[in-house]
Amino acid sequence: MSVLEVQDLRVSYQTRAGRREVVHGVDVTVEEGEVVALVGESGSGKSTTAHALIGLLAEGGRVDGGSVALGGVDITDWDQKRLRSVRGAQVGLVPQDPVSSLDPVRPVGVQVGEILRVHGVRGSAARRGRVLELLERVGLDDPALRARQYPHELSGGMRQRVLIATAIALRPRLIIADEPTSALDATVQRRILDLIDDLRREEGTSVLLVTHDLGVAADRAQRLVVLNHGRVVEQGPSAGILSSPADPYTRQLLADAPALATEGFRRPAPPLFIRDAAAAAAENPYAIVAEGLVKEFAVRGREAFRAVDDVSFQVRRGTTHALVGESGSGKTTTARLVTRFLQPDAGRIELADASGALADIAGLRSDGLRQLRRRIQLVYQNPFSSLDPRQSVAQIVAEPLHNFREGTRADRHARAAELIDRVALPADVLERSPRELSGGQRQRVAIARALAIRPDVVVLDEAVSALDVTVQARILELLESLQQELGLTYLFISHDLAVVRRISHTVSVMRRGRVVETGSTEDLFSAPTHEYTRELLAAVPGRSEVAA
Amino acid sequence: MSTQTSERVDAATAAIAADEASGTVLDPVARDAGALDGQPTRRSNVARLFAQGRRPSWTLVVAIAVIVVAVLWAAAPWLFTSYDPIDGVPAQKLLPPSAEHWFGTDAIGRDLYARVVYGAIHSLSGALIAVTVGLAAGTLLGVVAGSVGGWLDDVLMRVVDVLLSIPGLLLSLSVIILLGFGTVNAAIAVGIGSVASFARLSRSEVVRVRRTDYVEAAFGSGGSFASVLRRHVLPNSLTAVVGLAALQFGGAILAISTLGFLGYGAPPPTPEWGLLIAEGRNYVATAWWLTTLPGLVVLVVVLSANRISQSIGRGTR
Repeated sequence: MSVLEVQDLRVSYQTRAGRREVVHGVDVTVEEGEVVALVGESGSGKSTTAHALIGLLAEGGRVDGGSVALGGVDITDWDQKRLRSVRGAQVGLVPQDPVSSLDPVRPVGVQVGEILRVHGVRGSAARRGRVLELLERVGLDDPALRARQYPHELSGGMRQRVLIATAIALRPRLIIADEPTSALDATVQRRILDLIDDLRREEGTSVLLVTHDLGVAADRAQRLVVLNHGRVVEQGPSAGILSSPADPYTRQLLADAPALATEGFRRPAPPLFIRDAAAAAAENPYAIVAEGLVKEFAVRGREAFRAVDDVSFQVRRGTTHALVGESGSGKTTTARLVTRFLQPDAGRIELADASGALADIAGLRSDGLRQLRRRIQLVYQNPFSSLDPRQSVAQIVAEPLHNFREGTRADRHARAAELIDRVALPADVLERSPRELSGGQRQRVAIARALAIRPDVVVLDEAVSALDVTVQARILELLESLQQELGLTYLFISHDLAVVRRISHTVSVMRRGRVVETGSTEDLFSAPTHEYTRELLAAVPGRSEVAA
Repeated sequence: MSTQTSERVDAATAAIAADEASGTVLDPVARDAGALDGQPTRRSNVARLFAQGRRPSWTLVVAIAVIVVAVLWAAAPWLFTSYDPIDGVPAQKLLPPSAEHWFGTDAIGRDLYARVVYGAIHSLSGALIAVTVGLAAGTLLGVVAGSVGGWLDDVLMRVVDVLLSIPGLLLSLSVIILLGFGTVNAAIAVGIGSVASFARLSRSEVVRVRRTDYVEAAFGSGGSFASVLRRHVLPNSLTAVVGLAALQFGGAILAISTLGFLGYGAPPPTPEWGLLIAEGRNYVATAWWLTTLPGLVVLVVVLSANRISQSIGRGTR
């Protein structure tokens, strides 16, 4: 008897234009002690499917058809009251975002204890004992202390452990893990997934893992269910799907997943500075040289926090240098120092000017700083927040030209049209608002804006992290081709080693504000010398599959 | 530049923390729901506003109708009544509401409905002046404080705090004592009372917008302080302020009526709404309509303005 059997599930949402079906007949089966991964991109209906199983659809959502059976009992038509007896007791849910899923004003111990109280565990002493047991079970050190702490005192990984403790509190037969690690760093992600694996092995719990990350799914699940536009396009044993995908969409997904890519490394492309006589003549192959950068932030009542501590690196002209690290490693702060949105406390940043000679930009002020923007541009992580919602795409792209008073209005418009074409968007987006564009399209607009005044250096701050794998792959291809044609130098900030491996020529690994290892991408990935680099590499999901 | 640096650093670290903590993915369920099949058709902002508005709720339709009628009363009162608001017929004094006199008549035989209709111009123009004064001065203060930041922000906001700490009516009365009696002066006094809330709201909106990525990106594209303020910060922060203006419009009608009631507004026999209620006060026991009906008119108009304000506020979210 299957733990979960879903047949022909249909879910629709109320939208402005009427009801819209987003899940069109999905079948999923989870057997005893099995991990099944529901894989798909944003908008594929995977989260909706998972939430519909236990009646937790967002407002306006409705199950229109199909059946859901838990351990052979059909719960499709159960009302909320009856479903409540199932949630927690038989099905545990691990939500996606550990930051917003815990109540900030109550200690975590109380929150874990709440599920016990709701499901009728009497006696506060008994509950307290069980809570401590659970917190220890999910690998939190000093459970007695942790139980008293508030969510903001815990790291993201710890909070996710607390949520897992809540999910397993009543020993459910099935855990639905909705993108449990998407918001976490790679090393933390691995530990959390290991924990879910252990629980499955030791308690025999089945897991329905919802993820957009094919690497994670490949590592952890026995069976994959690939969703696209609310339909199951392929399902079967993981190994089978990964080695011989039958559906074209699955094949595309596999080809685009950076974690599973096996192609070669990018080597510092000789074409540019051999071909480019000016660069060779200048005897300076570097576009950016940073030396001994330091940045401290004042923290009230404590010693200043040193976010960037003696960071040095060089980037050759026309190549991509990646800064890799986990959250808090100082990589974004470094990017903001290089683009001079922040003022370094110490150190030098040199940027090659038109003639190829390096000039210090760390001390620039007001108008010098404004002129610097002609040479260096930043692309942001989140394309939903980096474009002004009240402007048209044409206005956004032409903004740098407008600011530097370049050309007439008609010239600027022509340049914007050219750039939009260059980033492979249809010309009709020019008059649209960014609200009408998808994430990938918006990021293309942001790239077009960055290129508008023909900068030499583009800093990409997690520029592809918020995008789906297929969109991510297209954007990376675009960045590569732009680099080759325009001779751009990229400083690529990322936490994702798989993406870094694909795009960068050289890499600096950062940890706690320091660079722990620098080298060419090939050397660093094939023969890492620093312990931390090895740990990071081991944590990349999907690598075991590549090796096998 | 230097005055903004500390705030910029704070904003930047907060933004980095938020970015890194929240990871990459937005709310998946909502995203599934909102996922678009193809590309949406091109629309102007106005067209989109209407499309989003779906069918407007009937309360909003009623509210707009009420305000339109009130504005028409102010613009062309003679179309709505044939009676004279100033000269009464003493023989017809204190008549209860009837088909002839919809709102009844007052102590010297003037038609109350006519007085309410002719009074609209005083109350509405007064409210308009009050809101304009509050909107202009308050928004200016708030935008300057929010965008320049630093010590100027602190100084301006403490001034606003002082304004907020004085009860509104007391503040209006003090201003009237300084300016002298009259409809316009009463309106200005009410407007000054609302400067503080406009300043607070516009400052918080400006501060919010200033921390967004697109404002930083605009600086990153070489924008100067003034151009970024004009092109990005103001357009994105003023919607909420417009919503507040509609809300304050209702409040201003009420406040001006209050001042009129207390005798600080237009002198009699001007048919100002607050004054109408005040004059009817002496006859509450015998002629209830003299206070009740103008009071209801004020109530309905104020509620309508609030309803419209609420829908403007909802549109921004």
